[in-house]
Amino acid sequence: FAGLADVSISEDIPVEGEITVPVGSRSPDEDYSTLDEPVRDTIMRDLKAVGKKFVHVMYPKKSSALLRDWDLWGPLVLCVSLALMLQGGSADSKDDGGPQFAEVFVIIWFGAVVITLNSKLLGGTISFFQSLCVLGYCVLPLTVAMLVCRLVLLAGSGTVSFVIRLIVVIAMFGWSTLASTAFLADSQPPNRKALVVYPIFLFYFVISWMILTFTPQ
Amino acid sequence: QGGGSAVIDMENMDDTSGSSFEDMGEMHQRMKEEEEEEAEGEAGAAEEEDGEFLGMKGLRGQLGRQVADQMWQVGKRQASRAFSLYANIDILRPYFDVEPVQVRARLLESMIPVKMINFPQKIAGELYGPLMLVFTLVAILLHGMKTSDTIIREGTLMGTAIGTCFGYWLGVSSFIYFLAYLCNAQITMVQMLSLLGYGLFGHCITLFVTYNIHFHSLFYIFWLSVGGLSTLRMVAVLVSRTVGHTQRLILCGTLAALHMLFLLYLHFAYHKVVEGILDTLEGPNMPPFQRVARDIPGVSNAVLNTTAKAVALTL
Repeated sequence: FAGLADVSISEDIPVEGEITVPVGSRSPDEDYSTLDEPVRDTIMRDLKAVGKKFVHVMYPKKSSALLRDWDLWGPLVLCVSLALMLQGGSADSKDDGGPQFAEVFVIIWFGAVVITLNSKLLGGTISFFQSLCVLGYCVLPLTVAMLVCRLVLLAGSGTVSFVIRLIVVIAMFGWSTLASTAFLADSQPPNRKALVVYPIFLFYFVISWMILTFTPQ
Repeated sequence: QGGGSAVIDMENMDDTSGSSFEDMGEMHQRMKEEEEEEAEGEAGAAEEEDGEFLGMKGLRGQLGRQVADQMWQVGKRQASRAFSLYANIDILRPYFDVEPVQVRARLLESMIPVKMINFPQKIAGELYGPLMLVFTLVAILLHGMKTSDTIIREGTLMGTAIGTCFGYWLGVSSFIYFLAYLCNAQITMVQMLSLLGYGLFGHCITLFVTYNIHFHSLFYIFWLSVGGLSTLRMVAVLVSRTVGHTQRLILCGTLAALHMLFLLYLHFAYHKVVEGILDTLEGPNMPPFQRVARDIPGVSNAVLNTTAKAVALTL
């Protein structure tokens, strides 16, 4: 089979992409010792990683921990909990005004994918999943806002509660946008930061709008 | 990064890929013939011991597996090369090569109709601005639908908004491009997408203002002025690129009609609560189109009595 093995690739093709391997890889293929550890250790390690990233989002500093070892567990948990909390708004089947679970899910993931593609097309150096990871984790402040809104709505739904909800949602929306900008803007050419920030702003604006206009039946 | 990869590199299509498959085909054919010979040999020597029989079959199985493995590797390499050639987002990269100042300049320009329609006006083939404007329109539309408690029976609020906006942008662009092809206008598809996308800037402004301030007359003023300006700009650019009066008329008439009607549609289809608020705000001054039954007691009583009598007579 000597002749068959000679399917060579020409040297002129530019090689590009991400060569970084996530640090602390948890796949059992590469690190056989993690196969024998108890399940609790594995789960705790993953949970700690997710928790550390939550802390990074709530106090956005210029650290690269979010970018280096990306994972999509945190975004999944946040997305599912947000979609579940937005569910109770349309129990009445005639008036289908509230967002369905699938709608929220699709909006968040489709929006994140569009923003990632946009930042890559504008010349960004961040990889696809790293960007998804950052955008997903930065939904955390908005999930907190949703929780607060639901609690406030339990107390009553008058003008005062609307004003409180408005302030909370606007604050959390600003926090989300700032947090994600702090992580993502560094990977762009410096004169195009505004072009990348605008879709992120729009994305979190739509999510905040969904949270603010949520009215339980 | 990505500077040279927008060009399709024909050196990828080297001939070794085809010939390696032919080699594989020949190999496979040879293997098959050998197997057939061995099968005939086995049939003849069926009384041999099981061990030797199994040994020969084992050897053949291993060779077969290696051949299959090689074929899989080559096939995978070919498929990934084809995928990286066609599904490359680098194809879109040149259309997103803009600076923020350029986007801002183009947004403002989209409201200013050009005066020179005698030589073709330049249209930037850029997709970032139009895409962002369509998404902004979706967001504004959602806001309008929610504040007016629009009930969407089939489908979801978000789906309707996205479908409407993207459908308009892509559909009307394609339709006008087709008309432009019939009317011999000098415009490419990307330029048409870009032109119509920037024309949505006027729509965004109008809807943003009128979804929050609910006055019919204000909407009509904005519709004519802002919508009209952006339509005039698109029409002027198209006119500058078309030759012949009939063609110009067809193309620009269609575009103007569709653009203005779309704004009208967006306002009225998704903003039903305008009527109710208007009635409460303009209580004593009746708007001209409203007909309210005036209740004059004497006349209504008389009508009631005569009707009762007529009914009693017929029964």
